[in-house]
Amino acid sequence: MRPDSATSPGAPEAPAEVALFDPSPLLAEQHRSVPERLRSLVRWETALVIALAATLLFGVSVSSQFLTGSNIFNIGLANGEVAIMTLPMTLIIIAGEIDLSIASTLGLSSSLLGYLWLHGWPMPAIIVFVLFIGVILGAFNGFLVTRLGLPSLAVTIGTMTLYAGIAEIILGSTIVSNFPTGYTNIGVNAFPHTDLSWSAVIFLVLAIAFGALMHATPFGRSLFAIGWNKEAALYAGIRVKRVKTVLYMISGLIGALAGVLYTFRLSTAEFDNGSGLVLSVIAVVLLGGVSIFGGKGTLFGVFLAVIVFCSLQNALLLTNFPEDATGIVTGGLLLGSVLLPNGGTFVDRLRGHKARRHVSNAP
Amino acid sequence: MSAPAEVIVSTTADESSSSRRLADLVFKIREFGIIAVLLVFVGVTAAIQPRFVDSQNIKFIFTNATIYALLALGETMVVVARNIDLSVGSVLGLSAYLSSDLFTRAHGIPIVGVFAAGLGIGLACGVINGAIIAVGRVPSLVVTLATLYVIRGFDIIVVGGGMVVASSLPSGFLAIASSSFGPVPYLAIVVAVVIGLGAYYLRSFRSGRELYAIGSNPEAAQLAGIPTGKRIFTAFVLSGGIAGIAGVLWASNYGTIDSTAGTGYELQVVAAVVVGGVAIFGGSGTVVGAAFGALLLATINQALYVLGISSFWDEAIAGLLLIAAISLDHGIAASLTSALRKRSLERAT
Amino acid sequence: MNDASGANRVGDGTKTPGEALNPLLVMDRVAKSFGAVRALGDGSLELFTGETHALVGENGAGKSTMVKILAGVYQPDQGNLRIDGKEVVIASPAAARDAGIAVIYQEPSLFPDLTVAENVFIGRQPLRSARRIDRKAMHRRVLELLAPLGVRLDPERIARGLSIADQQIVEIAKALSLDARVIVMDEPTAALSAYEVQRLFRVVETLRASGAAVLFISHRLNEVFAICQRVTVMRDGMRVLSRPLEGLSPDDLVRAMVGRDVVEREQAGVIERGEVVLKVERLTREGVFVDISFEVRSGEIVALAGLVGSGRSEVARAIFGIDRYDAGAVYVGGERLKKGASAAAMAAGVGLVPEDRRLQGLVMELSIGGNIALASLGRLSRFGFVRRAAEHKLAGEWATRLRIKYARLSSQVSTLSGGNQQKSVLAKWLSRRPRLLIVDEPTRGIDVATKSEVHRLLVELAQEGIAVLMISSELPEVLRVADRVLVMREGRLVAEFFHQEASEESIVAAATGQAQMVVP
Repeated sequence: MRPDSATSPGAPEAPAEVALFDPSPLLAEQHRSVPERLRSLVRWETALVIALAATLLFGVSVSSQFLTGSNIFNIGLANGEVAIMTLPMTLIIIAGEIDLSIASTLGLSSSLLGYLWLHGWPMPAIIVFVLFIGVILGAFNGFLVTRLGLPSLAVTIGTMTLYAGIAEIILGSTIVSNFPTGYTNIGVNAFPHTDLSWSAVIFLVLAIAFGALMHATPFGRSLFAIGWNKEAALYAGIRVKRVKTVLYMISGLIGALAGVLYTFRLSTAEFDNGSGLVLSVIAVVLLGGVSIFGGKGTLFGVFLAVIVFCSLQNALLLTNFPEDATGIVTGGLLLGSVLLPNGGTFVDRLRGHKARRHVSNAP
Repeated sequence: MSAPAEVIVSTTADESSSSRRLADLVFKIREFGIIAVLLVFVGVTAAIQPRFVDSQNIKFIFTNATIYALLALGETMVVVARNIDLSVGSVLGLSAYLSSDLFTRAHGIPIVGVFAAGLGIGLACGVINGAIIAVGRVPSLVVTLATLYVIRGFDIIVVGGGMVVASSLPSGFLAIASSSFGPVPYLAIVVAVVIGLGAYYLRSFRSGRELYAIGSNPEAAQLAGIPTGKRIFTAFVLSGGIAGIAGVLWASNYGTIDSTAGTGYELQVVAAVVVGGVAIFGGSGTVVGAAFGALLLATINQALYVLGISSFWDEAIAGLLLIAAISLDHGIAASLTSALRKRSLERAT
Repeated sequence: MNDASGANRVGDGTKTPGEALNPLLVMDRVAKSFGAVRALGDGSLELFTGETHALVGENGAGKSTMVKILAGVYQPDQGNLRIDGKEVVIASPAAARDAGIAVIYQEPSLFPDLTVAENVFIGRQPLRSARRIDRKAMHRRVLELLAPLGVRLDPERIARGLSIADQQIVEIAKALSLDARVIVMDEPTAALSAYEVQRLFRVVETLRASGAAVLFISHRLNEVFAICQRVTVMRDGMRVLSRPLEGLSPDDLVRAMVGRDVVEREQAGVIERGEVVLKVERLTREGVFVDISFEVRSGEIVALAGLVGSGRSEVARAIFGIDRYDAGAVYVGGERLKKGASAAAMAAGVGLVPEDRRLQGLVMELSIGGNIALASLGRLSRFGFVRRAAEHKLAGEWATRLRIKYARLSSQVSTLSGGNQQKSVLAKWLSRRPRLLIVDEPTRGIDVATKSEVHRLLVELAQEGIAVLMISSELPEVLRVADRVLVMREGRLVAEFFHQEASEESIVAAATGQAQMVVP
């Protein structure tokens, strides 16, 4: 490939370009072109579609009621809040961070809603206020991560605990359940003219909005850049701190929204509403093909993952699988989603071949 | 986080020693800071409510702290190597149920046998975690998140709607957690010794030091020929095994075990470990510090109770402590690094 | 000039102890390709005990690849390696260590949380009873290793915060503890102060005198002549010569490296100098740079020269708003620029092509088109949505204008060569039509042909009226292209030369604060 003239002095033509394959100073890296990566993403989404088909088949085999309108309503209803929370979580993980506190924001909003209702506030005012508080909670996370520069994994474990604690302080052991039916009907009625629950419709609308944001706006582009290479994003003039703070504020807002929906659906405000949900949210996002390391993923993938997850849960419950144990499925899906792409590497290494990968044991 | 620019100059032995002394001082303050906070806390609470330091309360504190401290031992080994084990709560719960259930299923089984069973369950879970993480090279956050779910789900299925009740457990077994020497439970002493052994291992044996190396700079560790996969695998196996034993102790302490045993413990343990000075990204921190972190959290919980502050504040305070500890550590690390660099600068020749 | 290895003797007249007639290490026609790109065609050299051997060549000549092969990171496609006459296969870094080869990199990678002693002995700490680590023995051994090097470091100090020079010493101590016989130093002086360079030279002499062989890779020819006995020149992946340095001049080496006579001073054409575009007034940042004041006018190319670590990139980053500063002010087009806000700088028409294109200039996993458009997304959007067609058009236009060689705009930018990558970074900023372009090491790691293209481009830009501030460590480049040269040393501006009065010697003298180059 090299012109022979390269070695003789005074060569008139420049020698052929040398790709300086010089990645991290000490280890070789894997190296794929965009068409290849596009292919891998498409493979992922195809796998999800197949999984969805398999789940639907499974569901139908378990119960003839599976694909009826009322069951679809149930599917959406049971998991609406988790579904909604996956949207901001997707953005945050792509940008290379994480937010473990989102479900605690849900819990705190629920507590706050119950508390304010007990104290006679009008519901519309409560909802606006609660959403506002959600944004504040998110901004606090943003502050800790961007201004103080703390690692988001550790710090959102802290805020997760803190917000759950505040929820407990607000409501204590009180349980509020005398909400007006006009609102709690969200949990009982379907969205007019459809078989979908309110939360499912909200999810669909938000999914389209988030998808557009992520894939078609400069803001969305900047998330990918930040997730891949924060330094380069900074040098390209992207205001990384501002973007991350905004992401956390969105997360807080959506967490609060989910809290409102959750409370109305259950018609109950209790201090520990929503505890434990965050892990499901993360599991679904990762299942959707989003890389835990950041910089990679599509909203469509997450959307598919949400549907697979919800349908699978529902189908399992129809087989009288104990409800609390459905976590086993979440866990299994999560493991599957990280092992399968690495499957090739896994097998190679068992065979003793040297796979060339980054040593990255980030927790 | 980009490092500040260096104006490169030379160092002399004097600077080197004084830097060492500075670093040592900072670390000692951080370690003993917890003890200081602990003492201040106890002092203030006791001043307000002298009942706080009576035998009963101290025993409660130690008992609660003991199980967390034990879990913190295993978790520290994992975190120091830049990983995390979120499955310890689920492992504890599974072990607590299955092992104590043996008393009814296998009549006359010696208590040691039950401990062996718990250990075995824990080790098995640890092996699964370790294998996927070390061989599969999958991030531990994701894996242990998944196994947290899977093991808990398995536990729920196995337990069904049942539970193990205290009356089915031999009194000798129940006495393990409760017997004490004055206000100090024997168990606390044993666990303290185990933690001491753990600390000694991490400090004085090659494989222990290698865990720190892996957490401090994984790429350099790989290149230095450290068998990172093996070490990380071992750390997770140990963490699992310890959680298994902790499950048996939990059963002895509470007597009644259902499928919710140990729920949420993993986050408490991580909080204890971080408050105790172990950096979340690995490379530094000690098990002794982590144990004190557990003790501090248990003390605060008990103090709140004694002071009549509702237990509803427990979690919020734990959260605040965690955030404060992380901010403090981050601030210390940054200041220390720039102070050490400045010292190099000041000795410019 | 093209004579091959020939000489089997270290022939500079001085007898070195431990010298054998047979080489200690031989690289025999080693070749390595990455995909379709041949990084190394004829990697050959002979190293004898007790010699310091220089390996020189332009970026892309294959030196780095040779080092990685010796380090066991890459495996050769062809050719072989021989130690003490016996063929060896170095399949991994561990194997390289076993073979007695140690590599000291420009920026060593230590364990910041472990002590110096542990860094040296990790995994191999001396043991006492019951396989426990013997700390006293470890401490003693480290002191023993450091003593002959003439360096005093506290073995119990943690590695965090050590200067790069000290980190290198720790690596060298480690190499010695492993009984390394071949010590490869890859651009070790790039980040060192003058004092530290001297200290390193003394260490190298000690190593050499004790019978090790040192392979010294450097761009700084004065250093090569100062401490090496023999040299191997690489060009485009092939060995061009290996011979004693005696009788060679720096120009001879440069000619061998480049393959043609260097054009000493290309006339940067008479340019109309316009108004002041950038005015920097008493800019200061604690511990990094102090009291920096200068101006750049439209149509001018001002070079900022100095050694690595003198603070030049930091000044650039402060101007552009990536870093904050403590005192002083920056004015662009007469308006004061908000500090610490790169968005404001960009809005004022400033662009920064950073030093490290892989880590700072490009998002490697993003496409070529995506990278070029990354700084212009706002302008390419309508109603908040990015217009893909417009993005593609912009990227395509500029890629063509700068003659970037690519297969598809949608390919990952990491598939491009260094020169084309650098052009992509330039395209990213030029597509914004800046008033002031700051370029930091614009031709580092680029092949010779693209280098000239970039130089021509910069001159063209100046002719169009753009103000250019160029940070560069390559003096020929500075002399070729700049209208004015500012020199920084240890955070201060110490000299200013106009094009006519600038010379390599004067710039180096100002940058190192010495009247003459040092020859031990």
